[in-house]
Amino acid sequence: MFEFILLMFFIVVFGTVGEIFVSRAMKENGEVKNFRPVALIGVILRALRVKWMWLGVGMMAIGFFSLLAVFSFANVSFVVPVTALSYVVGAVGGSFFLGERVNVQRWIGILLVCAGVVLVLIGRR
Amino acid sequence: MESPRRLHLKTLILIFIMVLAGPLGNVLLGKGMKHVGAVRLWPPAELLHVFIRVFTAGTIWLGVGSLLVFFAAYMIVLSWADYSYVQPASSISYVVVALLASAWLGEFVPPLRWAGIAVICIGVFLVGHTHPSTTENG
Repeated sequence: MFEFILLMFFIVVFGTVGEIFVSRAMKENGEVKNFRPVALIGVILRALRVKWMWLGVGMMAIGFFSLLAVFSFANVSFVVPVTALSYVVGAVGGSFFLGERVNVQRWIGILLVCAGVVLVLIGRR
Repeated sequence: MESPRRLHLKTLILIFIMVLAGPLGNVLLGKGMKHVGAVRLWPPAELLHVFIRVFTAGTIWLGVGSLLVFFAAYMIVLSWADYSYVQPASSISYVVVALLASAWLGEFVPPLRWAGIAVICIGVFLVGHTHPSTTENG
């Protein structure tokens, strides 16, 4: 149980904070308008020059290996909905770190997502 | 300048790719890891053995490939749309992952879990109906 909670914490917190860092790096790069493969490779190479990208990818890697470890002993249909807890971290992080406005409607949606995660946890056999 | 309608369509197409590739990747990883066996975080020597088993499993690589497609679509869409819009909008994938896990991996999904997933989706519906970008770009 301790391992499960620790790994879920890594998945949710490291995964989400990592994604916020990657989002910041991509925004510094500017909007992607050209979808040809060569142009996309250029986008990735430019993104690698931003330090937030490296931090973000590193944290997401920790989250990913934690996910693999949890999958080794828990059901996919149980683990994945619980990772929806990252919505809380995402909304809070998005508003504080990226300056995104999270309006009342979004907050209500995020609260419902939390309620759903609670139901999934209660439903664990 | 791009019209908001076109920007919205572009966003939806990429979210659609994410919603298919993400759950498929997770289910493939779950299948692969069940085959590898329960991971112990301690002792470290045990972890090394697990590492080798994980990286020689074909199913895991397929899962990683699927997640890379997901991640590419995610990064591209994040270059113009807000993080706190894209992440909630893509969470319909929780339904897809439960459907795939029960149909393909034979996982039993209790009614309370389905209810929880449904509530998550209602939350997502509320969150998804806001404008894709609230910050100044470029």
